[in-house]
Amino acid sequence: MNLTLKVWRQNGASDAGRMVTYRVEDVSPDMSFLEMLDVLNERLIVEGDDPIAFDHDCREGICGMCGMVINGVAHGEQRATTTCQLHMRHFEDGAEITIEPWRAAPFPVVKDLVVDRSAFDRIIQAGGFVSVPAGSAPDAHSVPVRKEDADAAFDAATCIGCGACVAACPNGSASLFTAAKITHLSLLPQGQPERLVRAKAMVDQMDAEGFGGCTNTGECTAVCPKGIPLDTIAQMNSDYLKANAK
Amino acid sequence: MKYTEGSEIRDAKAPAGPIEERWEKRKFSAKLVNPANKRKLNVIVVGTGLAGGSAAATLGELGYNVKSFCYQDTPRRAHSIAAQGGINAAKNYRGDGDSIYRLFYDTVKGGDFRARESNVYRLAQVSVNIIDQAVAQGVPFAREYGGLLDTRSFGGAQVSRTFYARGQTGQQLLLGAYQALERQIAAGTVEMHTRHEMLDLIVSDGRARGVIVRDMVTGEIERHLADAVVLATGGYGNVFFLSTNAKGCNTTAIWRAHERGAYFANPCYTQIHPTCIPVSGEYQSKLTLMSESLRNDGRVWVPLRKDDDRAPGDIPEEERDYYLERIYPAFGNLVPRDIASRAAKNVCDEGRGVGPGGLGVYLDFRDAINRLGRDAVEKKYGNLFEMYERITGENPYDVPMRIYPAVHYTMGGLWVDYDLQSTIPGLFVIGEANFSDHGANRLGASALMQGLADGYFVLPTTIGDYLANGPYGEVDEEAVAEAEIKVRTRIDRLMSVNGTRTPDSFHRELGKLMWDYCGMERTEESLRKALERIPELREEFWKNVKVSGTAEELNQVLEKAGRVADFFDLAELMCLDALVRTESCGGHFRAESQDPDGEALRDDEHFAHVSAWERTPSGETVLHKEALEYEYVKMTQRSYK
Repeated sequence: MNLTLKVWRQNGASDAGRMVTYRVEDVSPDMSFLEMLDVLNERLIVEGDDPIAFDHDCREGICGMCGMVINGVAHGEQRATTTCQLHMRHFEDGAEITIEPWRAAPFPVVKDLVVDRSAFDRIIQAGGFVSVPAGSAPDAHSVPVRKEDADAAFDAATCIGCGACVAACPNGSASLFTAAKITHLSLLPQGQPERLVRAKAMVDQMDAEGFGGCTNTGECTAVCPKGIPLDTIAQMNSDYLKANAK
Repeated sequence: MKYTEGSEIRDAKAPAGPIEERWEKRKFSAKLVNPANKRKLNVIVVGTGLAGGSAAATLGELGYNVKSFCYQDTPRRAHSIAAQGGINAAKNYRGDGDSIYRLFYDTVKGGDFRARESNVYRLAQVSVNIIDQAVAQGVPFAREYGGLLDTRSFGGAQVSRTFYARGQTGQQLLLGAYQALERQIAAGTVEMHTRHEMLDLIVSDGRARGVIVRDMVTGEIERHLADAVVLATGGYGNVFFLSTNAKGCNTTAIWRAHERGAYFANPCYTQIHPTCIPVSGEYQSKLTLMSESLRNDGRVWVPLRKDDDRAPGDIPEEERDYYLERIYPAFGNLVPRDIASRAAKNVCDEGRGVGPGGLGVYLDFRDAINRLGRDAVEKKYGNLFEMYERITGENPYDVPMRIYPAVHYTMGGLWVDYDLQSTIPGLFVIGEANFSDHGANRLGASALMQGLADGYFVLPTTIGDYLANGPYGEVDEEAVAEAEIKVRTRIDRLMSVNGTRTPDSFHRELGKLMWDYCGMERTEESLRKALERIPELREEFWKNVKVSGTAEELNQVLEKAGRVADFFDLAELMCLDALVRTESCGGHFRAESQDPDGEALRDDEHFAHVSAWERTPSGETVLHKEALEYEYVKMTQRSYK
């Protein structure tokens, strides 16, 4: 396959940035999207150019480090797939592909396609945990948990923190990310004592970071590689309202 | 590569007495630090996986001043996150005869009698606390309808003691540790430094006193000082270029500590996982594991005759060789990892491999689908089948999967004593980065157990004993400056070569060499060849590597070049270790040492020891042996026939 790439290049946060066009030839349909970029980067290095910076690590869809907007869609058009798990066989020979970083004010660009997502860590710091110091836990079977609750908690807990939800949202909202953690812990008995404090602190932090509000467009869940359900946001709002009513 | 033999290691500091009392004894004898003094003690933890994340969080909870470092953009990305299968614990919730002693026994045997009994027993003891801790944190383990935890069985065990969270157990446990860590960051006990890479260890007056790191965004070289340093920087499987490790996993932190005097133990012990998706082309950047659980229902086979290029569906039953079932009728497709891997290699070497380059074997679910129905198979393995199809474009419900072994885990690592302290006082090493608990072969679902045992329960106690004698006072400025200059000089050197080859092209070549000569099967000839070739390639690297950009910015090429440079030196030590150990054991298979059936043959008379390698300040290599004694588990030859 031969492709034309239009890639966002930006040398640091203060640079204005621009799209740059590259041709890549002899792309194998079995390559992953990131391997295709590896091949381009190898060429750029040898030619003395600056290779395209992008975040990636596990390359098996679980660490959440990779992420780019491909042809206008966060992680590309294939559903429930991280960028590293997207393969070139889903593109046409001769295609033109645009590649951009996550774009949201709370995710400033570090370089090219690399953005700073530390705002997510600060949302977790605000309350995304159960306060249980090591060594203080009772026997695991002392509190049974309904299987349905454990399964639903897992569905929310599977979030990889990649930030695609924010990139896809027209409001730049982090609601799906925040709601996933709130829901995960709200559904389990272990999460009850801090439930309302947690919801309030996390939502307030999300707002303080400059993320937008949720208007139920559902773009977030459509691009989410782990398919975090939209109704987690309802759970978050419910806990948040209860916390504020107190 | 030349080496000399040094003094024996006679004391690994495990308390004497009955094995079940040793950890209790050590906990009691370890000095305590009073809460007011803890605030005055600084600890650096490098790495935020299960071991490092849980250690930093726990040390913060205890009241120490902690600094935590990771190379990713957030501590939640560490590669522990990718572990699929589960975590072992001797809870005996099934009443199926499990016990701490049995987990201990299975782990010692699974490690092919090359692990320390005292350490392994403690690991089994602590395993039960890990599950309690994780559940209390809200880790959503699989449960049964009665609300209790579900378990499953795993390779190398006859009881059901593996706790799991679908195929994402590592992710859920890591997020538990990450959340505990973030809680301490908010509390101000832990200062987090993301996108920072450790490039040297500061040793002052014979003690580990800090690290030199590079801020990967600005390129700034920073010094961080402390009373103790903990390395939790994972394994070195990426020396093979292709492995199931994350792309960023590297050996730099432990290698620099080794260069500063920490012994490196059993570097040649590498685990090759039998069920990974095969390489599809030259551009391949990493390999993906398919959970070992697939071997419960999938049947492994290759065509009976060589170079049979018919589609698998066109090959009739009598022309297929279900070789694992044929060679190991008792265990069949469920033989341990090392055995399944080597058998796949053997049939491919015979020219009977399938797929591109003949490097693959079939894992066929046809019979399972016929027997159980497609729905039942989908329920059990649906997510794995989906993952396979996403990567290969083939549908495993219609055509058999193709699998091939890949490097997965490294049992070797920095040598530590019972306290998890290295040979440099004040330098502690935990998780995959140390060598301690798995011997020559790790059992499935034991990596998560060890990482969390070290981080939540063992290190926080043992490091207290060391810190109780602190604070250790001013750090010698000369030692700090020397380390900093060394780091800067090396970066300058990498930047100034300006050759014609990328760091990745060297890494690929080194990886292939290691796979061919120091991979699943090693011979004296192959290892000697590798030891000749590695220095040549390293020399070319330092003359011809090309690093673009500058050192004062985000520069992923520079990061890579530094890591590859260290892989060369490590590769050499791995080959030397493999050459000296003329026996086969666990993941280390020397073709010269096999029984008439082609199985690994240990040589307990000469090799029942840990090989701990020292690099002296003048650059010489010295081998120290630590004898392994088995008071409880009798040494036997493993058999799975």
